Amino acid sequence: MKAKKEYIRYTEDMKKDYTVFIPNMLPIHFKLIARVMNNYGVRAQVLTTSGPKIGETGLKYVHNDTCYPAILVIGQFIDALESGKYDPHKVALMLFQTGGGCRASNYISLLRKALERAGYGYVPVISFSLAGIERHPGFKLSLAMLHRMLYAVTYGDLLMSLVNQTKPYENEKGTAERKAEEWTLRLTDEMANNRIKYRKVKENYREIVRDFATIPKTKAEKVKVGVVGEIFVKYSPLGNNDLEAFLVSEGAEVVVPGLLDFCMYCVYNGIVDHEFYGRGPFRWRLNRLAYKFLLKKQRDVIEIIKENGAFRPYTPFDRTVSLSEGYISHGVKMGEGWLLTAEMIELYESGATNVVCTQPFGCLPNHICGKGMMKPIKKKNGSINIIAIDYDTGASVVNQQNRIKLMLAAAKREADGTEDAAQVEAEPKKIPQ
Amino acid sequence: MEEKKKISYEPNDGALRSAGNGGTGSFSCAHVTVGVDVGSTTAKIVAVRDGKIVFERYERHLSAVRQKTAELLREALSELGDVTVRAAVSGSAGLGVADAAGIPFIQEVAATTELVRAYHPDTEAVIELGGEDAKIVFFGGSVDERMNGTCAGGTGAFIDQMATLLDVTVGELDALSLDSGKIYPIASRCGVFAKTDIQPLLNQGARKEDVAASIYQAVVNQTIAGLAQGRRIRGKVLFFGGPLFFCEGLRKRFRETLGLSEDDAVCPPYARHSVSLGASLFARDNGLETTLSDLCERIENCIVKSSGEATLPPLFESEEDYKEFAERHARATVETEDPDSYSGRAYLGIDCGSTTTKLVLLTESGKILYSYYSSNRGNPVEVIKDQLGRIYSLAGDSIEIAGSAVTGYGEDLIKNAFGVDIGVVETAAHYTAAKRFMPDVDFILDIGGQDIKCFRIRNGAIDSIMLNEACSSGCGSFIETFARSMGYTAEEFAKAGLFARAPVNLGSRCTVFMNSSVKQAQKDGAGADDISAGLSISVVKNALYKVIRATGPDDLGEHVVVQGGTLLNDAVLRALERELGRHVVRPAVAGLMGAYGAALKAMNHKGPSGLIPWEALENFTHKSTSTICRGCTNNCHLTVNTFSGGGRFISGNRCERGLGRDPGDAGLHNLYNFKRKYLTSLPSKPGTRGTVGIPLSLGMYELLPLWHGIFSSLGYEVSVSGMSTRATYEKGQFTIPSDTACYPAKIMHGHVEELVERGVDLIFYPCITYNVDEKVTENHFNCPVVAYYSELLAGNLEDTGKSRFFFPYLNINKKAQLEKELFACLGGKDAGFTRSAVRRAVRAGFSAQEKYYAAVRREGEAALAYARENNTRIMILAGRPYHVDEEICHGIDRLALSLGFVVVSEDSVAHLAEQPSVRVLNQWTYHGRLYRAARYAAEHGDTELVQLVSFGCGVDAITTDEVRRILEDGGKYCTQIKIDEITNLGAVKIRLRSLLAAIEEKEAARG
Repeated sequence: MKAKKEYIRYTEDMKKDYTVFIPNMLPIHFKLIARVMNNYGVRAQVLTTSGPKIGETGLKYVHNDTCYPAILVIGQFIDALESGKYDPHKVALMLFQTGGGCRASNYISLLRKALERAGYGYVPVISFSLAGIERHPGFKLSLAMLHRMLYAVTYGDLLMSLVNQTKPYENEKGTAERKAEEWTLRLTDEMANNRIKYRKVKENYREIVRDFATIPKTKAEKVKVGVVGEIFVKYSPLGNNDLEAFLVSEGAEVVVPGLLDFCMYCVYNGIVDHEFYGRGPFRWRLNRLAYKFLLKKQRDVIEIIKENGAFRPYTPFDRTVSLSEGYISHGVKMGEGWLLTAEMIELYESGATNVVCTQPFGCLPNHICGKGMMKPIKKKNGSINIIAIDYDTGASVVNQQNRIKLMLAAAKREADGTEDAAQVEAEPKKIPQ
Repeated sequence: MEEKKKISYEPNDGALRSAGNGGTGSFSCAHVTVGVDVGSTTAKIVAVRDGKIVFERYERHLSAVRQKTAELLREALSELGDVTVRAAVSGSAGLGVADAAGIPFIQEVAATTELVRAYHPDTEAVIELGGEDAKIVFFGGSVDERMNGTCAGGTGAFIDQMATLLDVTVGELDALSLDSGKIYPIASRCGVFAKTDIQPLLNQGARKEDVAASIYQAVVNQTIAGLAQGRRIRGKVLFFGGPLFFCEGLRKRFRETLGLSEDDAVCPPYARHSVSLGASLFARDNGLETTLSDLCERIENCIVKSSGEATLPPLFESEEDYKEFAERHARATVETEDPDSYSGRAYLGIDCGSTTTKLVLLTESGKILYSYYSSNRGNPVEVIKDQLGRIYSLAGDSIEIAGSAVTGYGEDLIKNAFGVDIGVVETAAHYTAAKRFMPDVDFILDIGGQDIKCFRIRNGAIDSIMLNEACSSGCGSFIETFARSMGYTAEEFAKAGLFARAPVNLGSRCTVFMNSSVKQAQKDGAGADDISAGLSISVVKNALYKVIRATGPDDLGEHVVVQGGTLLNDAVLRALERELGRHVVRPAVAGLMGAYGAALKAMNHKGPSGLIPWEALENFTHKSTSTICRGCTNNCHLTVNTFSGGGRFISGNRCERGLGRDPGDAGLHNLYNFKRKYLTSLPSKPGTRGTVGIPLSLGMYELLPLWHGIFSSLGYEVSVSGMSTRATYEKGQFTIPSDTACYPAKIMHGHVEELVERGVDLIFYPCITYNVDEKVTENHFNCPVVAYYSELLAGNLEDTGKSRFFFPYLNINKKAQLEKELFACLGGKDAGFTRSAVRRAVRAGFSAQEKYYAAVRREGEAALAYARENNTRIMILAGRPYHVDEEICHGIDRLALSLGFVVVSEDSVAHLAEQPSVRVLNQWTYHGRLYRAARYAAEHGDTELVQLVSFGCGVDAITTDEVRRILEDGGKYCTQIKIDEITNLGAVKIRLRSLLAAIEEKEAARG
């Protein structure tokens, strides 16, 4: 007997006056996505609150050994409900789900349990999943909306990459972020009012790249630091104690693979699932089509970045896919799975030889595809400099920063390595008595 | 409170200093480089001129980071004069100072690296232990630097704590360790774990020498497992940092464990100063050039920026607030009576706790004649012997001790040593005591030195028991140790916290993690008072949200009695009332409640007391020796205590076998044993195709019959690695990359090593994303670790010799698919296989698997039937299939057996219950069984469920709440036991006995 679960639905009616909260995983992307939803009558709002209260609220309502992202996301939701700023009877919550053998597929259940414990059992929770298991009359994923969300992701990836490549070098601090903000508004307005024409989208890509290329920058050479990891702590400033800002303040350039890569990873796993386990021949076909389609979309952006020449294009996903070979099988599909391993190598190849591997303390898939793969990766790529950072409500920021500083010190030494060695030679070695 | 101990990490002599050169050099000398290293506990400064150290200091800063640094620099100024220097700062607490004072900063490992490159370029690895940091830097090839992450165990602070626990100085600890004869296994994951292991050893009378060496071994293991992460430490190794410099015994343990020769293990004379010396090297080219006096001023005048961490509101707004609070609590007292004027019967209660020993002597009407509370100083037997003498002398002829009872960790030992009449389970003792203060008490919260215990009471019986899991214990003694490290007694420290204006927010995780939070607060300039208050608040939050998992005051009930030594601390008590938003009762004897309850229980004793008489006490002697039990493969370290008069008490045993009793013969069914026997005795026959080695861990405990059947049928000889032992783990520990994975996963490394040693041709552990589909759950995944651990093994094993590691991705739910895949990955026709042979093999495998399942179910049913016929209690010891491993479950099954339970496993009874609805995604096969087993327990009055949870099992964070709900909905107790590398069976025993006591009380209440 399989148990059927009841849940509160987000109805058509609620659209008029319910605010739908979205956790802030990727600041640029999610703003785009929220605005796309707004255009479809869903009053989505990205929660940007931060501070220790969120973690504490999470700990109060979620089992403390649960992954840190669940504690944070649920803590943030309940904290917002308790803040008094909103009428909890006029709020719905949305979580993004991928499913799979990782415990993360339980976030929805954990959120509902937590809401019940906190006395908000009546708040509807919308599970945003392409698998679309739950039905919410007020939130139907139409093809048109999905289409727009896809571009929210590709625009988001492009903006994020350009901001990352500009921020450490810009003459006037904040220019890149401001431009990203302006583009976010412009792009979503455009999508709201017009049918999507792919030619126009590509034109937008071009114009964005051109626009960012005009930002006055210094020529300084900076250490490139790649960030990989569990998806929430990898991207969310709330989850990783604003890792990107810290790295930039330490004089590094941050390189983060895009969200589309993760989407393609999910699609790719659907293909592998068939090939490895003989599951879902129909979905296999669908996934193959989707995979090809997305690859093409990514390739187009890459071409446009190359064309302009001012920025480093990202690695095509089919290349990333091939990079995990010799390290880990594509059958490892729980959590970030083989993608995490592949991304570490992809970053190394593309010049970000320093990699921060982020994970929630005790993250199960990362034992295998993160920490478990560091030794073989280091063996084959001698000069890669990887550091694993655990995030947790109890982890101290000082410790995390100290470890990152350690990595940066090694990176800088590596950067001017030859010079250093000569100096050691020249100095007579005197051992202090 | 004991006096403050002198901490011995201090410069012991001037021998390391260069001779002469008192610092009369010329003012313009620009060749002096100054390295400042401000760590978590100490500040270190060196000044180097012409390659010679001309000034060095190493002192504890007691959190006064800036002041101490400035003070040491002032000393340098007076010795060296106002020379021109180049200076740089390093160290975890130095960052804030460096930023604020505008002095270049170098990360401490980077500083160490500078030093090694300059002076010891042939070094292969550096091991550096600091106050709270542990680091390994690998040279040789690429430089690879490792630091301890979130876990601060196994460091100097840990050694300090352990010395305190043994009541010796760090120096004495070191001397003791050099005299050891044996090493006890002590958990090396973090300090708290180790502490829970050491305490029972002490209580059971283990030799201090052996314990001291074992503590060092734990540090060594922690360093290897946590930092080396699969990279071997070889060649020339440098030992840096205070603890390694001062502790010869620690270096010895490292040398022996790593197999280093004397020549390769180097601890240079400047080992304590490695970081500051490295910083001074860095300063040569990158330092701030200035005068020494300016350097002093910069540090004195800088304002360290706060990182903006929010502070908490003060505990008390005003003196009046505190007065009201103090008066209210002063009312909960027990009457006392002067022993000189009392004559008649008296009852003695002893609570031999983990860190403290408590005694209470009551009159017949329950008034206190005498009470005692003290640290047990590593030897409770001596403490109690002295106290009994004192009590007898007080009693004289007029008072007769008519009954005695003992409770706590040391219950068995003390009972045997002194002939105490009754042994009382801790929980029962505390409930008895609490009822005296609040007859309608419905919640008892006890925070002791080592553990948090909470009982909820419903209908006059203990309804649920919550004990802290090993990872969050150490609450009370944590505050105390912290107080000492900051130079306060526990009392002074608590008092300081009462009126702190801005308590720091330290979060609510395992207290070990708080070390680093405190470090941060210190960096931000928080004073001892704010830290004290912050710690108190954290301890409370830990208890409420981590152990009790309360969402609000209502979860705790209306009538709360609090007790335990830690709650004697007013700051903690206030924090609790604040957090709960209601008043609680703290009896004046809050620290003595166990003993008080025991004394009340002693009143039930009929007949003359068997307590050791005064005359015999004079000649009482106690000797302890250690030995290893060979009763089974567990090889328990036994401590044999012999007392004058012929009394003998053996501890350390997991079962009764070493005591000359064999529970296996009691006739009780034990499914764990059944499964172990079944899986280890699958017949193996010689094969023509070579040998397949199968590591018996993780998923193999489920599917061994299948693979065994398949490979046997294909003509392979199957070689199964067998049951794990501690040695199995140790064999593989060098290749474990992720220290926080669960123990069943980490032990895999040892199994594989074993198979490599046997020289098998293939080592087989397939990747199985989808586990057996039992058709009752929403999906049937394996957890990521069980599914893909081979990938990790393949990437991290060093050398598998002639054995090939073979880990295909297989689908076990479609026979045809499995056939196809196996055929292909075994090499197909080219390797001489035919499809039909593989088909036959798969069929043989599945029939073996089915046979196994049927046997387990049959045995489960037989066990249930037996129990019901013989009126025996049933325990479902529910975990994962791999929890039946002797080393993983630490003999908990036998312990349950010895308490009179028939033990069944979750998979032997899951088929007897419907799948209950759960509020989470029920998508793992093993967990589906867990829920069904819980439902079976909920539906059957005679069945209890005890859930085994591996430390670090992320999935169980989701299942435990559901299991609890299923059981509690059925009116059952929910008992969850966290198991890890080392599990303190003493604590498990208390839990299981408490469970028994609670069941019995409940049954008695029902009538």
